[in-house]
Amino acid sequence: MIYWQIFLAFFIPGILGYGGGPASIPLVEKEVVDRYGWMTTQEFGEVLALGNALPGPVATKMAGYIGYTEGGILGSAVALFASVAPSLILMIALMVTLLKYKDSPKVKNITKMIRPVIAVLLGAMALQFFMTSYDTSGSIQTIVLVIISYWLLEVRKMHPAYVILMALAYGALTGFF
Amino acid sequence: MSKNADLFAAFFRVGMLGFGGGPSAIPLFEQEAVKKYKWMTSDEFGDTLALANTMPGPLATKMAGYIGYRVNGIWGCLVSLFASVVPTVILMIVLLGVLQQYKDVAWVDGMSEAVVPVVGVMLAILTLDFLKKSKDSLGWLRAVIYTAASIILMEVLGIHPAILIIIILVLVFLPLNKAGEPK
Repeated sequence: MIYWQIFLAFFIPGILGYGGGPASIPLVEKEVVDRYGWMTTQEFGEVLALGNALPGPVATKMAGYIGYTEGGILGSAVALFASVAPSLILMIALMVTLLKYKDSPKVKNITKMIRPVIAVLLGAMALQFFMTSYDTSGSIQTIVLVIISYWLLEVRKMHPAYVILMALAYGALTGFF
Repeated sequence: MSKNADLFAAFFRVGMLGFGGGPSAIPLFEQEAVKKYKWMTSDEFGDTLALANTMPGPLATKMAGYIGYRVNGIWGCLVSLFASVVPTVILMIVLLGVLQQYKDVAWVDGMSEAVVPVVGVMLAILTLDFLKKSKDSLGWLRAVIYTAASIILMEVLGIHPAILIIIILVLVFLPLNKAGEPK
């Protein structure tokens, strides 16, 4: 039963993958390539490269696309449901519980204690993005883009969407020269 | 109805502008949910993010689904999920043949590369924001100690953030915690 297989192939990475979609990619590969043999490692790599070039969450693009190639529209829907629903239901249940007690000092304490952890997580991600940029675009381009985007975002208070669109346009132009 | 339209617009933008997967779209989620539509405070956003990080599965759909649920119940949840997932999946399926030819083309690569440092800056700004709030609520001494401890535990010792967040949850709810509410 192909739909059951599709469900399992994306349910397992969804439940085991910590750290968001990109972190669960190796788990998806294990199911799709090793267990079910729907595509070769090479093909999986190509689909992943395309998924990374397009905007939006990576895990759902992979699930939606691979589900579609194996089981059509219904397969795509099953794969999306399997990768999204279980963790989302858990999340809503926990947040609703937490919010019920949001005036209790203990829950207020959680917010305070967790702030530094989130700051470090975000800081580490920022650093990782700077390093990736340094590796792929070099130091001068990275520094120039960092300074300009910081100026636009914080001094000019420009909406992030415009800053991203400008970066995309600039990136496309550099490809031509 | 207009709530659903707002949710759709917000998460459609997040989906279409977030390059590099869900985690890199965190600043965009904050922009929409906290700054633009004021669906939650920046503190609540931090709590939501912490919990989403603690749980398995894609980050973007947990954030969109939960925020949508909060704003407009089950329908809000479904609309938000649809907006953040379906457009990019359709794009992926439709453009596959075309993109296969273009994936090594220089200007497409240039686009994804130029976005990376910009996302870095957006994340750095959010980081400063959270550090400043930590200082305001904990006092600078405890804020520095907690931040340093988080850096050592997560970045040096490589302890998974989910484990650290669970430990904090347990510590806060332990009856021995004198900062908690009296029994």
